[in-house]
Amino acid sequence: MIIELGHYALVLALGVSVLQAIMPVFGAARGDRALMEIGTVAAKATFLLVALSFGVLTYAHVTSDFSVQNVWENSHSQIPLIYKFSGVWGNHEGSMLLWMLILTFFSALVAVFGHNLPDTLKANVLAVQAWIASAFSLFILLTSNPFNRLVDVPGEGRDLNPVLQDIGLAIHPPLLYLGYVGFSVCFSFAVAALIEGRIDAAWARWVRPWTLAAWTSLTAGIAMGSYWAYYELGWGGWWFWDPVENASFIPWLAGTALLHSALVMEKREALKIWTVLLAILTFSMSLLGTFLVRSGVLTSVHAFATDPTRGVFILVILILFIGGAFSLFAFRAAHLKAGGLFSPISREGALVLNNLILTTAAATVLTGTLYPLVLEALTGSKISVGAPFFNMTFGLLMLPLLLAVPFGPLLAWKRGDLLGAGQRLFAAVAIGLVAGCAIYYAQHGGPIMALAGLVLGAYMIAGSLTELFLRSGIGRVAGSAAIRRLAGLPRSVFGTALAHIGLGVTLIGIVAVTAFETEHIVEMKPGMTADAGGYTLRFDGLRDGKGPNYTEQSGHFSVMRAGVVVTEMWSSKRLYTARRMPTTEAGIKTFGLSQLYVSLGDGMADGGVVVRIWWKPMILCIWGGALVMMMGGAVSLSDRRLRIGAPSRARKQKRPVLEPAQ
Amino acid sequence: MIRRLVYVILLLLSASPVFAVNPDEVLADPALEARARALSAQLRCMVCQNQSIDDSNAELAKDLRVLVRERIAAGDSDEAVIDYVVSRYGEFVLLKPRLETKTLLLWGAPIVLLAAGVAVMIVSARRRSGRATGTPLSPEEQARLDAVLRNSE
Repeated sequence: MIIELGHYALVLALGVSVLQAIMPVFGAARGDRALMEIGTVAAKATFLLVALSFGVLTYAHVTSDFSVQNVWENSHSQIPLIYKFSGVWGNHEGSMLLWMLILTFFSALVAVFGHNLPDTLKANVLAVQAWIASAFSLFILLTSNPFNRLVDVPGEGRDLNPVLQDIGLAIHPPLLYLGYVGFSVCFSFAVAALIEGRIDAAWARWVRPWTLAAWTSLTAGIAMGSYWAYYELGWGGWWFWDPVENASFIPWLAGTALLHSALVMEKREALKIWTVLLAILTFSMSLLGTFLVRSGVLTSVHAFATDPTRGVFILVILILFIGGAFSLFAFRAAHLKAGGLFSPISREGALVLNNLILTTAAATVLTGTLYPLVLEALTGSKISVGAPFFNMTFGLLMLPLLLAVPFGPLLAWKRGDLLGAGQRLFAAVAIGLVAGCAIYYAQHGGPIMALAGLVLGAYMIAGSLTELFLRSGIGRVAGSAAIRRLAGLPRSVFGTALAHIGLGVTLIGIVAVTAFETEHIVEMKPGMTADAGGYTLRFDGLRDGKGPNYTEQSGHFSVMRAGVVVTEMWSSKRLYTARRMPTTEAGIKTFGLSQLYVSLGDGMADGGVVVRIWWKPMILCIWGGALVMMMGGAVSLSDRRLRIGAPSRARKQKRPVLEPAQ
Repeated sequence: MIRRLVYVILLLLSASPVFAVNPDEVLADPALEARARALSAQLRCMVCQNQSIDDSNAELAKDLRVLVRERIAAGDSDEAVIDYVVSRYGEFVLLKPRLETKTLLLWGAPIVLLAAGVAVMIVSARRRSGRATGTPLSPEEQARLDAVLRNSE
């Protein structure tokens, strides 16, 4: 009965969404407040209904109700509670419901916090959100219903995929979806602006916080996913250029570009048309990502062809929304007046460069991801596009961007002074050189490219701090005055600096791990030792163990430095009994920013075991940098201007007023 | 999250979590072994989803790794090894496809897009510079401005 209630709530959500999709548009066109108000009420109602539906599915999972097909296929009565809970979205149907929940959550946020938006804009934004919500709830109900029941109730579930039985599943998908579904709000704002045929700096100021929030979550989601893959998969990689990773990385790149172009639009009224286009593009990439992941087209073109229901459905949604938005753009973009002038060397110019490179990078990753699929579908010839391709093309594109990052904030709006900015960055370059060389030396040399990368990373960090130093006047004015000035700087300035510093930190981590990582593949018997990163590992032996739904074999290692045992670590292989599926649980020990990573392989006939030992120098910088970037996003989001909300428009917009008849 | 599902398929293909490169495969000469590792990272495990033979633990990947090491030990150059592997397994084995007619768009895309972006920027900058922007002053504003300018003289 409860299950049917959830099912029914979802159907009702579809109904309310359809209302929300139609009524406010008419309201906005006719200036009818009552019709426009329907959008606000409906958005809240849809969110509550979807939340109820999601709650019911969660209830079914937590109580192990195997009469629900989705629970039977993806859960087990013996797994820990947290995995019963996170297992709700550890499958196709549930994750689509999570997608819906987050979409309607954002609509409800617009409804609740959008009171300072002009009525018509708010009505249109909510309507566009509802178009998306209607399409996806229809998709769930018709092709991916999580509430389907089984007639013969099985006694036990088929277990959640063992690789997913991890705390990562509880955190990663919700964050990721908050990010790339969050961009739907930017999309809706863009489409609403096109419908109204009017856009101004206030629009950019409304869009910025949504972009920031979505971007921050997406950054967190991607970083979290990367760390999860790193410790779970047992071979120490942290980024694979896997199509599924790319599906979330492309919206991130486009979203980063949007974040920057919205800034130009807000401050200088320039790049209006481009910003609108980018807002559409970013969410289009999110939709495309959903299609790639959810249609099965990635596994193989043939698998997609044999069961195309879901894929074709999402493809139709994709074409309708992306095609529709672009057509609207083509018709209406000319109505949007272009704004302020700027010379190529200026803050605007730097942000344009940022946009140019980021969108090209996004397009490159997109091309690389889709190329093999399209080529095979069109010509039948099969090629592979993998990490070596992406590393090369993406790396080359990023180089000029990273060099330019510290310059951007130092250039003046409208007309900047490149030479002056260069002089002000002199100290940053010097610090970068010294710090880069110091790390390089500490890691005992390596390829010369590594040195260049480390210098670049350190220069980015120092360069980002330069703006804070200069604006607070540290060194030029008295200490207390400088601190006062520093505290008085807008939060968004700190946000920018933090985000750019984070990027530098991540870069240092990537370079250090790529260049200085060591790997040993050895066959060890109890008592044998191996060296890695200045530590000596002694293999002490294997032990058999048993978990709630798996059996495992763990190897014990003593980590020694100069003959003294400093710590110990376990590395295991597990066999999940329900699915007869093996996983590796790598042993990981952190030393400062570096990690020792030990993975267990096959046992040998002579009692030895194959062990793979990695020393990952400064690897935590990769995710630490992402953390700093997120902090930058959060700090920027807390900027007073955004918190208080956008100012009212310069000219009060005229609404048709009905004159009483004489 | 979904990425995990892909790896699950991989894991299912192999009977137990054995390693990619095993000690018995490693070449004695570290320089040759380093070359073998670098080459392995460029070659695709044919039965896997987007994995190089260096990372994969599938049986076929092991065969390919051994093959690469045999060729290197026999004195082949890196190009010769790659050519040999491609001649046996086809272009599909290369994770970084070669530049040829069917990959022209793939390799050309970044360059063309970048060039197009620069062209659009230049054209729009030219067009913008020839046009006044902003709202012109209203007659009253102009009068006030004139008054201010007169006073300051």
